[in-house]
Amino acid sequence: MTTIQSALPQRSRKLSSITARKKTFWLTTMMLPGAIWLLLIRYLPMFGIVIAFKNYRAFRPNTFWNNIIKSEWVGLKNFEFLKSPDTGVMIRNTLGYNVLWIILGLIISVAFAIMMSELSSRFLAKGYQTLMFFPYFLSWVVASYFVLAFLDPTSGMIPFFQKTSGLKVTNFYHDTTWWPLILTICNLWKNLGYSSVLYLAAITGIDTTQYEAAAVDGATKWQQIWHVTLPGIRPMIVILLIMNIGKIFNADFGLFYNVPQNSGSLYPVTQVVDTYVYRAYANTHNLGMSSAAGFLQSAVGLVCIVSANALVRRIDPESSLF
Amino acid sequence: MTVINQSARKKIKAGSFSLNRFGPGTQAVFHVVLALFSLICIIPFIFVIIIAFSSEESIRQVGYSFTPLSWSTQAFTYTFKLGDALWRSYFNSFLITIIGTALSVTMTVLYAYPLFRRDYKHRGFFNFLSFFTMIFGGGLVPTFVICKSVLGLSDNYAALIVPMLFSPFNVIIMRTFLQTTVPNELIEAATIDGSGEYSTLVRIVLPVVKPGIATIALLVSLSYWNEWFLSLLYLNKNMDIMPLQYLLMRMQRNADFLAKNSAMLGADASKAIAQLPSQSLKMALVVFIVVPIACAYPFFQRYVIAGLTIGSVKG
Repeated sequence: MTTIQSALPQRSRKLSSITARKKTFWLTTMMLPGAIWLLLIRYLPMFGIVIAFKNYRAFRPNTFWNNIIKSEWVGLKNFEFLKSPDTGVMIRNTLGYNVLWIILGLIISVAFAIMMSELSSRFLAKGYQTLMFFPYFLSWVVASYFVLAFLDPTSGMIPFFQKTSGLKVTNFYHDTTWWPLILTICNLWKNLGYSSVLYLAAITGIDTTQYEAAAVDGATKWQQIWHVTLPGIRPMIVILLIMNIGKIFNADFGLFYNVPQNSGSLYPVTQVVDTYVYRAYANTHNLGMSSAAGFLQSAVGLVCIVSANALVRRIDPESSLF
Repeated sequence: MTVINQSARKKIKAGSFSLNRFGPGTQAVFHVVLALFSLICIIPFIFVIIIAFSSEESIRQVGYSFTPLSWSTQAFTYTFKLGDALWRSYFNSFLITIIGTALSVTMTVLYAYPLFRRDYKHRGFFNFLSFFTMIFGGGLVPTFVICKSVLGLSDNYAALIVPMLFSPFNVIIMRTFLQTTVPNELIEAATIDGSGEYSTLVRIVLPVVKPGIATIALLVSLSYWNEWFLSLLYLNKNMDIMPLQYLLMRMQRNADFLAKNSAMLGADASKAIAQLPSQSLKMALVVFIVVPIACAYPFFQRYVIAGLTIGSVKG
């Protein structure tokens, strides 16, 4: 009797450990396609960063591993591009546009979200949301044709208007004056709908009894926005800010490459880190230098996102990203 | 005190408490601002449609205009004569989008499901494996070199599909969908019934998370449809497989592209080039790219908005 009693749980424990192992095995097989992709397409290139410290060139047999082993080590020589004046311009552009767009985007999209949430007509609010979200689904190639329709030197709407009304015709694709404005408009045009909808979702999640309580206490609608809505969406604002600060050295390649038609005379105002890296590779095939620039970009991005997150964690642990 | 509160509450619920809404004047201002921006968002597309239907003569005389002198469907009839290039790239776009979406959705669901299972042993490890790639990467050039010379992604369909197959961001969206829609008891019950892991996933979990799968499928298919950067990187010689976006992008650079293709028209080639509605034709191609999105947009935007708002809330 006693032996049976003690043997039973033991047996079931053994059984359950087998089923547990089986479960782990089958669940792990599900991870494999994604994990293999990550290892090959995301982690393997991290070792490729070695290119940034080598004079990478082709040897015989011309395979990647052979080339990388035989190429000589040059230390920080590939990073000498940092001394050139072009580098300052590209860093200024990347940071400048990003900082400006983070601030503008935040203010305008929060304002739009609040406006949409306060409309009494649900139908119209949905309609605005639908229309505003539309550009988010178009590529920069398509958007560049939209811009072309307005700016094309021969038939574009604005140059043609200048021509017919006797004004001086602006050659937009050679004149840098207007591009900071044009790029800003394009960026807001494409992304405002998306970020407004994110904030709108956060506003909808706020407990409505808070508004009622505030109203009962005599708060006007503007005071309610300030004391209820804005604190309510603060976590969302903080999360999006961290993500944007983490990407402060990244630029939207399509916006800076396609919209200005890759025009060389516009480089002083359109060259950003991503286009610089691409052009360094595409025009001069300088793999070492473009890898070095890309590596710096990734490293600085990592530092930015980790420190932004650490800062937030200290101020408000609830809102931190990780 | 409590009595006043309750009566006030009732008033608010009845809608008679004006404090909880902005006045009609403020609302009108909101409407004007939002309507104006909404208009700005779609007007470029409408403009491009108008240009595509403008006659070449009108474009010569008044430029690109919202009110062309005369209308014409010449650009569209011409696309049918443009030869294989256009239709082949249209076909390529569809092919890449369909295959890419099918593979990507499968991989995403398979990766997100074990991460959602709290009783999965290696959850933490695989979670980190995908999360880390969101904050650090090898950069453009090392990725390109590895993909091209080690993995053989060059001048083939795989090069236009594989580099975008998987996205940690989509995994987070899918995992959040699973967490919010699939109760743990459902899986426990299935396990007690002796259901294997794969059959639990396919027969019990998938039917419940259909909206989540629809969201991922739409996001992925949009990014494949809009893709041109991979073509820019990986296509050097084999231009037969280029998607429509890249065709459009190259057309902007090579003004002679149209002339070259019309040369294939045959005997009266020079005459064809002379009559080429090149300006409106480009815009007609833009319309070709956007129309599938614009048509499907009213149906899918609900799913996509749901997915994006969920995914962004927290990793």
